Amino acid sequence: MFLAPAVFFLTVWILYPLIDTVRRSFLYRDTNRWIGFHNYKEIFTLDTTVTAIKNNAIWIGVVPALVTAIGLIFAVLTERIRWSVAFKTVVFMPMAISLFAAGVIWRVMDQEDPHLGALNAGIGAIHDTFRPPGALPDAEPSTAGLTGSPQRGFVLQTPLRPGDVARLGLTGISPDNVPHGAVQAANPTPKAHGITGVVWRDFKPGGGKTGQVEQGELGLPGVTVELRDTAGKRIDSTSTEDNGTFAFDDVDASDYRAAIGPKTFAKPFGGIAWLGPKLITPALIIAYTWVWAGFAMVVIAAGLAAIPREVLEAARTDGGTEWQVFRRVTVPLLAPVLSVVFITMLINVLKVFDIVLSVAPGSSQDDANVIALAMWRSSFGGVNDYGLGAAIAVFLFLLVIPVLALNVRRFRREA
Amino acid sequence: MTTAAAEVHAPTIVEESIAAKIGRLVAKTPVHLFLMAVALLWLVPTLGLFLTSLLPAADFGQLGWWKIVSKPSISTWENYHEIFRNSSITHSLVTTLEIAIGGTVLPILVAALAGYAFAWLDFPGREWIFLIVIGLLVVPLQMALIPIFSLYNRVGIFDTVFSLILFHTAFGLPFAIFLLRNFFIGIPKDILESARIDGASELRIFVRLILPLGLPAIASLGIFQFLWTWNDLIVALTFGRNTQPITVAIFSQLTEFGSNIDIIAPAAFISLAIPLVVFFAFQRYFVQGLLAGSVK
Repeated sequence: MFLAPAVFFLTVWILYPLIDTVRRSFLYRDTNRWIGFHNYKEIFTLDTTVTAIKNNAIWIGVVPALVTAIGLIFAVLTERIRWSVAFKTVVFMPMAISLFAAGVIWRVMDQEDPHLGALNAGIGAIHDTFRPPGALPDAEPSTAGLTGSPQRGFVLQTPLRPGDVARLGLTGISPDNVPHGAVQAANPTPKAHGITGVVWRDFKPGGGKTGQVEQGELGLPGVTVELRDTAGKRIDSTSTEDNGTFAFDDVDASDYRAAIGPKTFAKPFGGIAWLGPKLITPALIIAYTWVWAGFAMVVIAAGLAAIPREVLEAARTDGGTEWQVFRRVTVPLLAPVLSVVFITMLINVLKVFDIVLSVAPGSSQDDANVIALAMWRSSFGGVNDYGLGAAIAVFLFLLVIPVLALNVRRFRREA
Repeated sequence: MTTAAAEVHAPTIVEESIAAKIGRLVAKTPVHLFLMAVALLWLVPTLGLFLTSLLPAADFGQLGWWKIVSKPSISTWENYHEIFRNSSITHSLVTTLEIAIGGTVLPILVAALAGYAFAWLDFPGREWIFLIVIGLLVVPLQMALIPIFSLYNRVGIFDTVFSLILFHTAFGLPFAIFLLRNFFIGIPKDILESARIDGASELRIFVRLILPLGLPAIASLGIFQFLWTWNDLIVALTFGRNTQPITVAIFSQLTEFGSNIDIIAPAAFISLAIPLVVFFAFQRYFVQGLLAGSVK
């Protein structure tokens, strides 16, 4: 009597569907036509399902180990601090919210434009510290004979000797991008034993002549100018003044070339395409790990608390270093808990679904595909191929059967 | 089931010199810094979604949410006003609540009855049926989607709150029965025996003794089940069209992420704020349930 409602629910919603899904996996689409193992063959030949299996293999290879390791590190480290409750609460918090909402959170974080996506903004800040963006990332030469590329610098092909003057005109610089502090460009004065020149914005509203410094044209300060020998080797470099002029003093008598160095044209960090087809799975794994690390930490911390303090103290008094105690005593004693976390994550990862739908934009969903999503899309995503969907579901079920057997065996042993 | 009770030892109080204290503090600094950085890393994404939801409509696609930190004056509640004026989101929240409450109460009731039977009633095949329940713990719900989809269509309850509750009940049961049976078995036998000798019926024992004594386990189970049903996407996406809980409502906006972010961000934040409130209010039960389910 007490059992009747439960038996009813379990039979109608789980046991009957289990059998029915197995039956349908041998049928053609939504018909009753028997096609044997055809649907199963399709799982391993269709592009979408093969991608899904490959991606799921990455998930299985990376996530359970990663989450367990992070959980272990956090659990061990929080034992040493007084604010461990606060820390655990913060890390555990994502567990309460839906994987779907967590996915929306990371969709916002992962936006490609560093002005919108916080992840790229953070990486960009580090990137720009080590490789600062140049003064003129988009500029192009206007002076005839000034040739090259932004990556190698632009070289004035006219040979220069001491006493000569180099005019290096650039265009393609919008008024907003003119370096701060720029003033009217000046015509450089020749020096007897030096090479002088000017780098300027060779453009004024209404036209003007290219290659000539005219009234109304601005000098470009902060541009790296290199003095190279005829073989192209850099001999010296300098930076331009506010009026665009530069000078190399005391130059030996010889032929030289003047060049605007590549540093000037270094692009600012443009953002990593986390949500693009190539990086979508890593981006998803980051989001998923963020959600589940708290689970691993809390379970492992409980296991850690159950280890008798005397055992650890004894190991320490015997002269073990912290690392040795951790490696030789803590981890082996935690092994059962670690394996529970690992197996739980293994099952979770096999069924991963929601987060893929919320993080991956439509254009990347084919590349982000996983088994559970492939099952859903082939059954309900407009294709209505129930036969294939059922076969994928059975495939998924077969993958969790070892865990099922493990659970049952463990229970029988205890009973 | 063995409860892993942590033995707490009073720390031995040893007089410590100030130098030793400072030395210990310095040695721990890297750990503190590292954990603070981690805590920040875990807080920032959620904060980011919240601040995004406060951006004025004109600034979406222009400003990063962190600009609000340096210029709080630009933040606005307008997006929240807007989605509450938009009846479909409000309606979705009501639907979600209905599903979550039904999907919590029903399985707990059914599981408590079954748990009691497995723990304290003698009937043929008891062990055997319980083993099946344990086996069902890990069955992926993908195995049920197609048959139940066509069953719901045949019976005519497709696209109703009721049908979603029934599905959640069935798939919540194995874990619920497992948890409650293990808890009930720990109730001292004497209490039950004396009640039986006094002539109390099994139903009376269940209502008057088992349910009150099992309250801690029922509480943690309730929180789990509530969060699970509130946070569900796949079940509602499969068995609902117009019956849209908040996750599905947001999902339908995601195709135009860039232009719908003024709806997506506040709606997503509301959808996660409620589980967070539940989590903070009942954190203890939540963790207990989690440990009972995974550590044995």
